[in-house]
Amino acid sequence: MKSRGMDPVLSTVRLTVREAVHTLSSSEDGGCIFSTLGSLKRYLGETENPALPEEQEEFARIHFSTFLRCLVGKLSPDWLELLPDGQLEELWASFFLEGPADQAFLVLMEAIEGAASPSFRLMKMARLLARFLSAGRMAAVMEGQCRQQTEPAFSLLQETLLSKVVGLPDHLGNRLQRENLAGFFPQNYFPLLGEELLQALQVVVESLRGGLDCSVSFLSQVLGKACVHGRQKELLGVLVPRLTALTQGSCLWQRVCWRLVERVPDRAMEAVLTGLVEAASGPEVLSWLLGNLVMKSKKAQFVMTQKLLFLQYRYTTPVLRSLLGYLAMDSQRRPLLIQALKELLETWGSSSAIRRAPLAQQHYISKAILVCLAHLGEAELQDCRDELLASLMAGVQSHLDSSLPAVRRLGMIVAEVASAQIHPEGPPLRFQYEEDELTRELLALATPQPAADSPSEAGPPVAPLTAETPNEEMVSSGGPQAQPEGSDSELDSDDEFVPYDMSGDTELRSSKAPVYVRDCMEALTTSENWERWEATLRALEGLIFRSPAATQEVSVELAKVLLHLEEKTGVAGFEGLRQRALVAVTVTDPVAEYLTTQFYALNYSLRQRMDILDVLTLAAQELSRPGRRQKPPQRGPPGPGPQPGSPATPAWRAVVEERIRSKTRRVSKGSAGQGPAADPNKFNSVAGYFFFPLIQLFDRPLVTFDLLGDDQLVLGRLVHTLGALMYLSVNTMVAVPMGKALLEFVWALRFHGDIYVRQGLLSAVSSVLLSVPAERLLADLPDELLEAQSWLADVAQKDPDEDCRTLAIKALLLLEKLRDKLLPPPPP
Amino acid sequence: MPLAPGTSHTSDFAGRSWSEAWTEGRDTPGDCIPPSMVAPPSPPPPPPDPQFVLRGSRSAVHALHFCGGAQGQGHPLLLSGSLHGLVHIWSLQTRRVLATLDGHAGKCVTWLQTLPPGPQLLSQGRDLRVHVWDLAEGRNAIVDSVCLESVGFCRGSVLACGPQRWMLAMPGKGGDEVQILEMPSKTSVCSLKPEAEARPGMPMCLQLWQADSSPLPLLLAGYEDGSVALWDVSARKVCSRVACHEEPVMGLDFDSQKARGVSGSAEKALAVWSLDEQRALQVHGTHQLTNPGVADVRIRPDRRLLATAGWDHRIRVFHWRTMKPLAVLAFHSAAVHCLAFATDGLLAAGSGDQRISVWSLYPRM
Repeated sequence: MKSRGMDPVLSTVRLTVREAVHTLSSSEDGGCIFSTLGSLKRYLGETENPALPEEQEEFARIHFSTFLRCLVGKLSPDWLELLPDGQLEELWASFFLEGPADQAFLVLMEAIEGAASPSFRLMKMARLLARFLSAGRMAAVMEGQCRQQTEPAFSLLQETLLSKVVGLPDHLGNRLQRENLAGFFPQNYFPLLGEELLQALQVVVESLRGGLDCSVSFLSQVLGKACVHGRQKELLGVLVPRLTALTQGSCLWQRVCWRLVERVPDRAMEAVLTGLVEAASGPEVLSWLLGNLVMKSKKAQFVMTQKLLFLQYRYTTPVLRSLLGYLAMDSQRRPLLIQALKELLETWGSSSAIRRAPLAQQHYISKAILVCLAHLGEAELQDCRDELLASLMAGVQSHLDSSLPAVRRLGMIVAEVASAQIHPEGPPLRFQYEEDELTRELLALATPQPAADSPSEAGPPVAPLTAETPNEEMVSSGGPQAQPEGSDSELDSDDEFVPYDMSGDTELRSSKAPVYVRDCMEALTTSENWERWEATLRALEGLIFRSPAATQEVSVELAKVLLHLEEKTGVAGFEGLRQRALVAVTVTDPVAEYLTTQFYALNYSLRQRMDILDVLTLAAQELSRPGRRQKPPQRGPPGPGPQPGSPATPAWRAVVEERIRSKTRRVSKGSAGQGPAADPNKFNSVAGYFFFPLIQLFDRPLVTFDLLGDDQLVLGRLVHTLGALMYLSVNTMVAVPMGKALLEFVWALRFHGDIYVRQGLLSAVSSVLLSVPAERLLADLPDELLEAQSWLADVAQKDPDEDCRTLAIKALLLLEKLRDKLLPPPPP
Repeated sequence: MPLAPGTSHTSDFAGRSWSEAWTEGRDTPGDCIPPSMVAPPSPPPPPPDPQFVLRGSRSAVHALHFCGGAQGQGHPLLLSGSLHGLVHIWSLQTRRVLATLDGHAGKCVTWLQTLPPGPQLLSQGRDLRVHVWDLAEGRNAIVDSVCLESVGFCRGSVLACGPQRWMLAMPGKGGDEVQILEMPSKTSVCSLKPEAEARPGMPMCLQLWQADSSPLPLLLAGYEDGSVALWDVSARKVCSRVACHEEPVMGLDFDSQKARGVSGSAEKALAVWSLDEQRALQVHGTHQLTNPGVADVRIRPDRRLLATAGWDHRIRVFHWRTMKPLAVLAFHSAAVHCLAFATDGLLAAGSGDQRISVWSLYPRM
């Protein structure tokens, strides 16, 4: 480079600029200022007689910023009025819009920062900036940075520029407050920035075609910084579809794009990649945009194979599909996929993860496993088969042990699919689970997507639409069978045939059910006549309700028979029938004592124990239902419970009264009519028999039954049952001791590892709060309440399970309400 | 025997529920009724009671037939045939027995049919005879009889061919034949014998009919193997045959205007089939019932209702066009053996509990 001082050309420029600055600062004559500015305009080129190139470069390099600052300094309403029609303003603005973009941008931003707020100058500058943006000058700013060779001197400038470019909405928002212009809102600015970025990339591609060197690192930095600021949606929403179209056909574009992502600084890599994965419409697109990025950048590999799979789980299934599909598409990346599958299966199978991870995450990991499996071929799986099988088997075991049905089902589905893939020659694994939306979604993941689908998705959305239309037409035109029916359509008048009640149309049974409860027991235990056995089972509930006296004589025996009854003949609804009959027995003559002792007896299956719990709950519910027609006969009440007026209203009287009621026409219908009569809670006298034997023995393990050990599923059911019994004993005398016992029980188990148990404990606390009268709670159980409150607050914040947190919050709200109720009413 | 074109459809429908098959069938826009319009807004009315019940046949009722105001009386008669060989003639006005005919030697009367021209009655009994009775002016005399050669349960069928001539179809000899007679001359017109390799078993129910377009008599026959065949009587050949059931066909009825028929069998389903222009039978779909066994099916003369007699003691009523179930009449305490519709829409059902129930359902507008 030539020495600057010696060059006459350069000194001319310096002189002219100095004169112009002088004129600007001193003159009040509009014409003079106009001509001075006009003469300087020569240095920007684009006039009839532009200045020499060296002069232009000199002006741009050294004098332009100074001059712009001077222009900014002159800005005032009076000064702009020196010439009519805003000529001066137009000329003034043109320097910013046509001069070197980066300097103009920096000066503009600086002026906006420096201007008093609110002021004339600030608004003028903001409008000018808006014009600057809409004129597409931002692309010029970025282009300029791509051409610069990376000199150390520039890095500071680039840094400043970068923060201004990305931070523009924040700066402007801060300065302008309520006066902010729409163009500076982030939701408008970042899409624009995306467009400008594309423009700049276009220029880069053009110049690469022309054989010129270019650097995209500034663009990468802009992209990275914008993404770190959380603007992925706005920016990539514009960028990705366009880049998809551009990279699809051009290798050069692909290479530029790979380079663009590669040069993103490590700290921004995660933000950019998550944004890209979400915005890309399929694995192919991701492959075009990223190339083999995961092999080149450690950070990118970490993000793609660890962070997105294990640490986050908010992404939708299509995102997961395109992420894993991307890994599967290239032979270099496939080892990563296998590695990911191994780690996924390991995490999936870890029993501590199953206990502690939220359900949504487990679901996410299962989906990832299924997608991986769909991509991997048999040969690849063969290599690491043993390892995969080992973690799969461990995982199935721990999933099936879980007491949450959703977790069990996840285990079943993944096990079925994975075992079929990993071990295809073995016998297929089959579980029984109910199909629903979720299982169908999971199973659909297991089938590999046809490769042909994805390009059409990547293209404009018009293509799939046209593909679907013929299908719909075919559906709507109806099958060939429509023809013969069509001829009938004139006979539509008989559509008003109203069907009669057909509920009586049940299956006909040939053998007769017994008429006495005693016969039922005999039929159930000894009968070899299966039709009679089934008919007995079906008739039993009704019989028990019809003849309470006969039932009382044999109630315990009957309960025993029913409890041990096994399904031998595939009777439809056997479980329900048996349960209803047991509930009927328990309601008619509370055999709760028998059932509760059997709950802790030896030699029962878990199923039977859980049946006992269900029966107790249902019977309690039936007993506590207000307005029950038949009154359950009382056994010796433990306390002076209020006895109903006549212990056993004869059945005939009820029948007669019913008959009289139906035959009598009442002239006036007063309130004495139908409403459910208030009567004491029938559960009152027996609640203790239901509750206390169950709660006493839970910590004494038997040989076959260990509630605090492996049988946590039953423990969970027990806790739920206790909660339900507590809730049902509202308004009873025993509610207070029950509540006390239950709170102690909850306290003992509060750190139980099983989610289902914890849920039960939380709902039990809620039912204590609901059932025990508030005054008694405060008087008798203040310490327990305080302890419970701190525990609840803890759970509400820290529990991994969402349902647990919700339940805890509900219980806390109940506590809150309780306190409000007890506070003395405010003085008027 | 080559399979009729319709048979291939049977397998299509075999695994599908009736509702699916049915919705396909009624897919035309004009024919589609939105469910909200059909479903009653309030709970359905309780099932109706019979209009009246006729008691006194003293044994199970196996045949019923309505006979328009014969003998100069304005009120129609109901004829019933009993297990013990008696034919009772009931007046529907007094609801009492007017006359009892005893001509079948104590053997079950399986089929009763009056002949169009005069007050003449055909009765078929398991004593292997079909009697022609003259009931005019209070006479109860057998004027003619035909000997049957098959001891099965198959009922006969008649078709009027002219003012004093009619055609009678009845089970023939050999177990699988159908015999066609010209009456009253009793000359055997032909005997319809299925091809040797078809092996449909015994004919179980017969229906003679004529298409509106051509005077040629056609015969629909349900067979023991569950198939329904259409015979061209004059050409003595099977036009089409379709397997409708797994079990023997117990009853069939045909709606010639819609070219659609229905059959019931010992199994738990009704089959609805249709006849296209090429005289090919096609199964439209099956309708599942709660209990197995259909003894008889009848379409009401106005072709709006279908009634079935069930071995489960119940009469089921369907809307014939849509096959929507309308009512389940649980009155009898033994299997219902036979059904009959009067021209005015009255339905009579005879059962093993020795009673005849008479119902008036959805009276005609």
